[in-house]
Amino acid sequence: MGRYVIRRLLQMIPVFIGSTLLIFVMVYALGDPVAALFGDKAPDPATAARIRKDLYLDRPLWEQYLHYMGQIFQGNFGTAFNGQPVTELMASAFPVTLRLTVVAIAIEIVVGITLGVVSGLRRGKAIDTTLLVLTLVVISVPTFVTGYLLQFVLGVKWGWVRPSVSADAPFDELILPGVVLALVSLAYVTRLSRTSIAENTKADYVRTATAKGLPRRRVVTRHLLRNSLIPVVTFIGTDIGALMGGAIVTERIFNIHGVGYQLYQGILRNNSPTVVGFVTILVIVFLLANLLVDLLYAVLDPRIRYA
Amino acid sequence: MPEPERPGPDGPRPDGAGSGGPGSVGPGGVRPGRVPETAGPARYDPLQPGDREAIAPTGQGGPMDLALDEAESLERAIPPAPGNPREKARSLWSDAWHQLRRNPVFVVSALLILFLVLIAIWPGLIASGDPLQCDLAKSQEGSAPGHPFGYDTQGCDVYTRTVHGARASITVGICATLGAALLGSLLGGLAGFFGGWWDALLSRVADIFFGIPVVLGGLVFLSVVTGTTVWPVVGFIVLLGWPQIGRIARGSVITAKQNDYVQAARALGAGHGRMLLRHVAPNAVAPVIVVATIALGTYIALEATLSFLGVGLRPPTVSWGIDISNAAPQIRNAPHMLLWPAGALSVTVLAFIMLGDAVRDALDPKLR
Repeated sequence: MGRYVIRRLLQMIPVFIGSTLLIFVMVYALGDPVAALFGDKAPDPATAARIRKDLYLDRPLWEQYLHYMGQIFQGNFGTAFNGQPVTELMASAFPVTLRLTVVAIAIEIVVGITLGVVSGLRRGKAIDTTLLVLTLVVISVPTFVTGYLLQFVLGVKWGWVRPSVSADAPFDELILPGVVLALVSLAYVTRLSRTSIAENTKADYVRTATAKGLPRRRVVTRHLLRNSLIPVVTFIGTDIGALMGGAIVTERIFNIHGVGYQLYQGILRNNSPTVVGFVTILVIVFLLANLLVDLLYAVLDPRIRYA
Repeated sequence: MPEPERPGPDGPRPDGAGSGGPGSVGPGGVRPGRVPETAGPARYDPLQPGDREAIAPTGQGGPMDLALDEAESLERAIPPAPGNPREKARSLWSDAWHQLRRNPVFVVSALLILFLVLIAIWPGLIASGDPLQCDLAKSQEGSAPGHPFGYDTQGCDVYTRTVHGARASITVGICATLGAALLGSLLGGLAGFFGGWWDALLSRVADIFFGIPVVLGGLVFLSVVTGTTVWPVVGFIVLLGWPQIGRIARGSVITAKQNDYVQAARALGAGHGRMLLRHVAPNAVAPVIVVATIALGTYIALEATLSFLGVGLRPPTVSWGIDISNAAPQIRNAPHMLLWPAGALSVTVLAFIMLGDAVRDALDPKLR
């Protein structure tokens, strides 16, 4: 187990370097951070040269990258161009997005798996067909459309929830954005657990458990569900990183000042330290979530062992 | 060929059917050192590519995953045709076509797509107006005779703009899918066929692309690579889309090349090119087609999302994403401005996903 974790961590290193380098090149080599600093005005060459030197931008790209990564591992993410340390921006943005992601994942797990079990156990019945069609429709409607529609209908027309989220972003205000963020993944979790459950209902161990006289509820929760969850867990694990990065659209619709908002602002203003810093953290979150999923396999299915 | 040719120790099978899966390669098989990954009920090892390794790291990939999840069964060996020898065996393709024609989902979505492609090529067929001709005096007015969908904030006719918006979406969708599918199946297929360091390198590169959230990568890439045409968007989608299709192609080629007829071709002295083109490719292409069809729908949604965020297509290109983005702040006053383009977009994406769903069902022998 320990050796397996170490092996996985080592394997993450090239992926981490590759992903961050890709973003780094796009931001620093394709765009010009110093020109962005001056907005529409042409910068004074002497000043521009000084800023380049201060920001380490006069070196070759690979040297800049190494320097940047070195700084990051000392906990220094640099300063955004408005003088605010990037770590400060992160401290204000990440808790908000984390809460949003928690709400979304909770909805995904509870609603998605429940619907999946219901339709998987009644394969071919009316409720199953309805759910299949519904999930297909939900998948087809892009997030920004559902977001605006739900905001308009629930928030403005019927007044059930606040249409936009206040600065502290408490949990209760994040429910609607969480639903919007989770919706596509929710449909997918439903379909995935449906397929998995429907396949496993014919398994020998389910028949044995029923033959032993176990109550149906116990057969479903302890035997069927546990064995059917692996693909679902895989998906939810990869989804954690995706939700945090993909919250850009949702956060924009509901005016939530989280990671997506900061990234969007950073990209629009060509604010390179913010963009690269946030993306680096997101990549790490994504990789760790994947590792966690692989470790969870062994918990769900004792037949799986790590050498 | 470094390895000695197999003299054919286990000759033709008694039943004559090459139904053996990957495990059927005899002891001392043809290609020592390249143990088939899928051989037998292998011990689970998360480090080896699994069945569902091509999970998209984004919500955008949801439908894509859906395709992969169930398309996985396509990669297995196809069972031999049923016993009756007098009945002429149909090929996988004619069988699939036979089934598709009777599937209402396929017929509906195919007709819808045909219609969309038609109006993308000749929008004048059903909307004679000019989408860029606007009358500010009519800003945000509701529907009027001859203008069934009303007017947007600039006073442009929403119906005309919605019809003309199809062109941008369909163009991006088709070009991006073609690009990603060609690049992905070329690189992935070669990696799967030849294996070795090229394969390992490609898998790692794909890992890197999977680590970047799609919308985020799009924002960064398209904010520095700008243009008024559709090509930056297409280029970006191809760049992030090929690893996904590449993985499918790789897995599918690896399965196909272990079939007996490929080994037979090798034993008869066929070269790499002939084996790849005549024997492996036709038997490995089905999963790629399924995934590419569903990907087309998701790429259209992705283009709209990027346009909505202001980095995708740019005005004066007429696009649903731009129109929705413009209409969104006015949703209280004039919801019709948002609903029509959003509806058109959703129906288009739905049509492609349904088509992919139907094609997958038809090509998957396990579901029959």
